[in-house]
Amino acid sequence: MSNASASAVLELRGVTKTYHVKQGLFGTARPLTAVNDVSLSLPRGEVLGLVGESGCGKSTLAKILLGLEAPTAGQVLVDGEEIGAQDRMTLARRIQPIFQDPYSSLNPRKSIFDIVSLPLRVHGIGDRAHWEKEVRTILDIVGLPARVMNTFPSQMSGGQRQRVAIARALIMKPEIVICDEPTSALDVSVQSQILNLLGDLRREFGLTYLFISHDLAVVEHLATRVAVMYLGRIVEEAGVAGLFDEAAHPYTQALLKSVLTPEPGLGVPDTQLGMAYPNPIDPPSGCHFHPRCPMATDLCKTTAPRPVETPGGRVECHLHDPQSPMHNPKAA
Amino acid sequence: MENPLLSVRNLTLDIPVGGGTLHAVRGIDFDLIRGETLCIVGESGSGKSLTSLALMGLLGKSIRRSADRMDFDGTDILTAKPRAMRALRGDRMAMIFQEPMTSLNPAYTIGDQLTEALLLHKSVSREAARDRAVELLEKVGITAARSRLGQYPHQLSGGLRQRVMIAMALMCEPELIIADEPTTALDVTIQAQILRLLYDLGREMNMAMILITHDLGVVARVADKVAVMYAGELVETGPATDVFNTPSHPYTRGLLRCIPQPGKTERGSTLGTIPGIVPSLIGDVQGCAFRTRCPFAQAACKADIPRREEGTHMFRCIHPDGKRHAEEEITA
Repeated sequence: MSNASASAVLELRGVTKTYHVKQGLFGTARPLTAVNDVSLSLPRGEVLGLVGESGCGKSTLAKILLGLEAPTAGQVLVDGEEIGAQDRMTLARRIQPIFQDPYSSLNPRKSIFDIVSLPLRVHGIGDRAHWEKEVRTILDIVGLPARVMNTFPSQMSGGQRQRVAIARALIMKPEIVICDEPTSALDVSVQSQILNLLGDLRREFGLTYLFISHDLAVVEHLATRVAVMYLGRIVEEAGVAGLFDEAAHPYTQALLKSVLTPEPGLGVPDTQLGMAYPNPIDPPSGCHFHPRCPMATDLCKTTAPRPVETPGGRVECHLHDPQSPMHNPKAA
Repeated sequence: MENPLLSVRNLTLDIPVGGGTLHAVRGIDFDLIRGETLCIVGESGSGKSLTSLALMGLLGKSIRRSADRMDFDGTDILTAKPRAMRALRGDRMAMIFQEPMTSLNPAYTIGDQLTEALLLHKSVSREAARDRAVELLEKVGITAARSRLGQYPHQLSGGLRQRVMIAMALMCEPELIIADEPTTALDVTIQAQILRLLYDLGREMNMAMILITHDLGVVARVADKVAVMYAGELVETGPATDVFNTPSHPYTRGLLRCIPQPGKTERGSTLGTIPGIVPSLIGDVQGCAFRTRCPFAQAACKADIPRREEGTHMFRCIHPDGKRHAEEEITA
């Protein structure tokens, strides 16, 4: 990890985001920690898959990276430079998003040319002839014919719209692309085309992705590293092979168990997670995962585990902490 | 052989549109016995949701429904008066809709909505109906069930709302449940729990279930029988093990190649795709609708397509084996 951070294009150091949420009309505001002391480093050209259940803070983290939300504490560094210090225009040149729903992320009143060329116009790059040339090139790269330039989003299919969203994200030649559930609104045959496209673009342009998805099979396919998030914390992080073949954290194991592979006769797995995801405004004491963890002991109820280095990454679990009385990596 | 609970022959749905008639569903057949689960799998626009609405008698007035037979345990759904259908719906056949956010009425409490069907169909007291509601909420894994009765839908999370929908469908112990993408909007962990719940309840109450989904993983794990739908037609039907182990229609095999399969698909490799788009179903539709996207299409695909049957496994293709063996040779 230490040598990786040297060439990290994106680095998070202890990033925390706390909101103040009022409950009820006259309730007092209470703190909700959506992202809790997250440290990650993403080497150039890698794909970091970020997985976790709804409400775990994945999207808040994406917003912080895009500069749409300021972290309450901690630093986000792009190429070693803190993003708080950069203005939004500079940041937008380097980090671009692709959102989940291509039906709502494209302005229905604007033509495809307007949508895709907007970043160039906002940044005042070139003239109309230049924009047209650039749009033509990028549409070709994402596999759309140049004739769609004058059409509107409503005239396109979901897959085509997502290609437009990708074209818009790439026209500024960013270094980092934040993909927030880019294929979950698409049919499987279209999803595979978009995943192939994202893979090709990464190889061709040396892009770095943060790939947020709840579909673990898709993450396993595209990611090179994976971070598992639970109630605002990264509970495990490892290379894709390490995480999927030898998951260390009980939560990661439960997530992997819940993946339904198309193999008939296996039935629906019992994740043994219990039913409820905890309310983030009232996080459980100690290890946040203990109420749902089949391995939990009294120690987990009182003491939060510390991050421990593993051969391929990092995990937060007493079972993997050599200094913990519970240390027993085999049991997990 | 047991008499089927539901028997459908040649169900056809036509929608008049500006330029002619849209043949949304074109002659589908299936049987379902008690305790059995049929999964209808297909992409958006294939007509799977319309099929479920047609069974429930909930189609819009402009849609023309015809069939040779639509029999629900001796009742002819096709000719049943609205009054007779109302007596069936919610009592002996119930539906779980896709969007728990929009299919619950925001202005009524959970308790009111849960007890409505029971009070309408059975002569029970309000107290007994509320007790039954609590019993079912507990069964679907909702804690503090009695206090939920007074809550409104907006006070519940997506997973909880979906469970309320399931409890609501079960109130009168229906003989047939139709679930349209019941877990699509949910996290994988919750998805596994809800599918398990539906599966267990189905076994316990000997319910027949039609599950409509685009997720092949869900289909493989839950289905007894599978029906693959493409452009308004069932292109392949059969027991789940047969359809997944010897997928015979080129479309079924195409779909299976599109999804990354953990343990089978090489990480980062190029996924299979289905080139082209779904054809328009307006006007005369002849021959195999998949021929425009099929690698094995020939001139004969424009004519009538024979049904190929191997026991209860059926597919429609001009090639006797759907070119299954040819494909195996290429990949071998």
